[in-house]
Amino acid sequence: MFIIKNKKIFFIISTVLVVASIISISFFGLKAGIDFKGGALTEVVYDQTRPDQGELQKSLENLGFGSVLLQPTGELGYIVKSRDLTDEEHNLLLETLSNNNVNALQEFNFNSIGPSVGQELTRKAIVAIILVSIAIILFIAYAFRKVSKPVSSWRYGFIAIVTLLHDVLIPVGIFAALSHYFGAEVDTLFVVAILTILGLSVSDTIVVFDRIRENLSKEVKVDSSNFSSIVGNSLTQSFARSINTSLTLIVVLIALVFFGPVSIKYFALMLTAGMFFGTYSSIFLSSTLLVWIEEMQSKKTI
Amino acid sequence: MKKMIKKILLSLIVLVLAGGVGLFVYKSEYKLNKNFGAEKAFFQNNQFRLGLDLSGGSHLIYKADVSAVAPGEIEDSMNALRDVIERRVNLFGVSEPVVQVQKAGFIGGEDEKLIVDLPGITDVDQATKMIGQTPLLEFKIEAPEGTPQNATVGEDGKVNVDLSNQFVSTDLTGRYLKKAILEFSSQTQEPTVNLQFDETGTKLFAEITKNNVGKMVAIYLDGSPISTPVVRQEILDGQAVISGSFTPVEAKQLVGRLNSGALPVPITLLSKQTIGASLGGSAVKAGVKAGAIGFILIALFLVLWYRLPGLIAVISLSVFVIIVLALFKLIPVTLTAAGIAGFIISMGIAVDANVLIFERVKEELRGGRTINDAVAQGFTRAWSSIRDSNTSTLITAVILFWFGTSLIKGFALTLGIGVLVSMLSAITITKVFLNTLSFMSESKVARFLFSSGFSNGKIKN
Repeated sequence: MFIIKNKKIFFIISTVLVVASIISISFFGLKAGIDFKGGALTEVVYDQTRPDQGELQKSLENLGFGSVLLQPTGELGYIVKSRDLTDEEHNLLLETLSNNNVNALQEFNFNSIGPSVGQELTRKAIVAIILVSIAIILFIAYAFRKVSKPVSSWRYGFIAIVTLLHDVLIPVGIFAALSHYFGAEVDTLFVVAILTILGLSVSDTIVVFDRIRENLSKEVKVDSSNFSSIVGNSLTQSFARSINTSLTLIVVLIALVFFGPVSIKYFALMLTAGMFFGTYSSIFLSSTLLVWIEEMQSKKTI
Repeated sequence: MKKMIKKILLSLIVLVLAGGVGLFVYKSEYKLNKNFGAEKAFFQNNQFRLGLDLSGGSHLIYKADVSAVAPGEIEDSMNALRDVIERRVNLFGVSEPVVQVQKAGFIGGEDEKLIVDLPGITDVDQATKMIGQTPLLEFKIEAPEGTPQNATVGEDGKVNVDLSNQFVSTDLTGRYLKKAILEFSSQTQEPTVNLQFDETGTKLFAEITKNNVGKMVAIYLDGSPISTPVVRQEILDGQAVISGSFTPVEAKQLVGRLNSGALPVPITLLSKQTIGASLGGSAVKAGVKAGAIGFILIALFLVLWYRLPGLIAVISLSVFVIIVLALFKLIPVTLTAAGIAGFIISMGIAVDANVLIFERVKEELRGGRTINDAVAQGFTRAWSSIRDSNTSTLITAVILFWFGTSLIKGFALTLGIGVLVSMLSAITITKVFLNTLSFMSESKVARFLFSSGFSNGKIKN
């Protein structure tokens, strides 16, 4: 089948994308937001006139809060990033921003997160990612425990891991680029997006593996002569449903990106990318890897 | 014939039930129902709960200093702390505040924490001030003899004696206060504040009174003395009466402050997140818009690609949405921006299940089965795929729920509920409707309607 026969091409495409993503991550880095670093973020919108940025920056620095980052947002807004602030400091900040109420403003958003909370969140996030990965691997091994010939069920799990890494690394790489050019920051929603991608992309891969499993169980004898053709057929058969199930999710996610709440735009974007590459990997990567492993295995036994 | 009637009846029942639930969702939502005020209480009490990032409000994390508390008593202290804070917050008139203890440990981190969510509150600073205040109750005894008094002469010639160094602190503080009661003295009808100490407090108080018979014991509240009675005898039952020169209102206030105020452990504010209400409001609108657009796009795709079964899938999806929304109201689930995203994603997953079934049915049709059989087989065979592919999503949702902050729990919950209900709606509701149609004749038109995409329904040889 076309996909199986040209598996080398698809391996190359995937490898290129993954390497590009790794380079992107190491080069651009991921900016940790205050959720993980701790600090304060204040977002204000002025009613009528917004004070000059340079002057405001100076008066903010005079407050003695250490380094303060002032970013304009929209036409009438400012975002102020600093270390975490006590209530009195927060009030002082607001007074300075509004020039003692000369430039009336509204506070849209205020987050002050102490460093210990930030550290704790980091720890929780890492643990959650590890847990989800382990749980999913175990689940796949269990779901495919009966399909041991010619490829053992653990190999299915292994392939799922590889595709998972692929599905997660590429969106993260994209995010790193966004982080560099648009200042997107890693917050708790980012971690949630990664975990959700892990869950969703695996469900996609399972749709394909499921069909392979069914066809394998129908054959009386399965060995290297017909394994790749069985997989190829399974792929053809499940192609339509794989594309359609992913399409519905991607359509819905794109609606979120364009029309959804501003606070979850990056979240939805990450999920869309994850879903897209997840579909790509389910169709072009997971079954091709399966065939490739089987070929490697049979070469060894011969 | 009977079978046919049965199937049609089943479809109608499902439609009517769904309509009923839909009516409930509509009637109980202030923004949808113009007659909301006139509805029965059942409807009025079941509005959607909005999380902080949609309603605006504050999320506060306090660290509780339990260094002075014995390990076995930490849980009790934390629960007592939560009760006290909850009372204070309720006094402030916040609707549906949430006060939770987060235990130290693997998931919670090193410290005992208290998490306070105050939805819709406009003056956060006032709230934090009020929460953080600790009316400090102290019992002081007379300083040793010979301590000189401080006296200052004011401008107007008055002599002010500063008594603050005349009294020395003891170990007995409001920490050991069990409760305060307002009572009226039977003799003088004057209001008195009766204090009851806990076990440790009782012991301390007994000691203090034993050692200070005939001397004054000063009761200090927030650093200033409110009463300086003379000890007449050793008091063993841990009860103290503060009397004299209170008005009933003052006495009542004091009792209130002491009761709500004896913070068992000191707290410090670790982090504070405030979201303005207008930001929240626009987030709600955007979320609803995205959901509606997503639904329409999916519906279009389903009908165009899968034709008649697609139409059924759209009806089934509508029922799914109605059921999930009703569940959100009844459980209740607090909706956050991410939570709305989770719900929208679960709509996509709900459609997935239908797609899996339809593709299966198509295959069975191509294989030459009758429409009736193809539908039956399609459902059976598709179920294992649906179950397996949704399980991994559920695993993620469970772990997210376990680990997340309240804002993330919302996402995990809506996603999880959506996935579970989607499995239900695909297998039962879609099945009911498809079954109803399965008695249709085997005409070419019917087969065309049942196939999809670019095929024309012909059976392959």
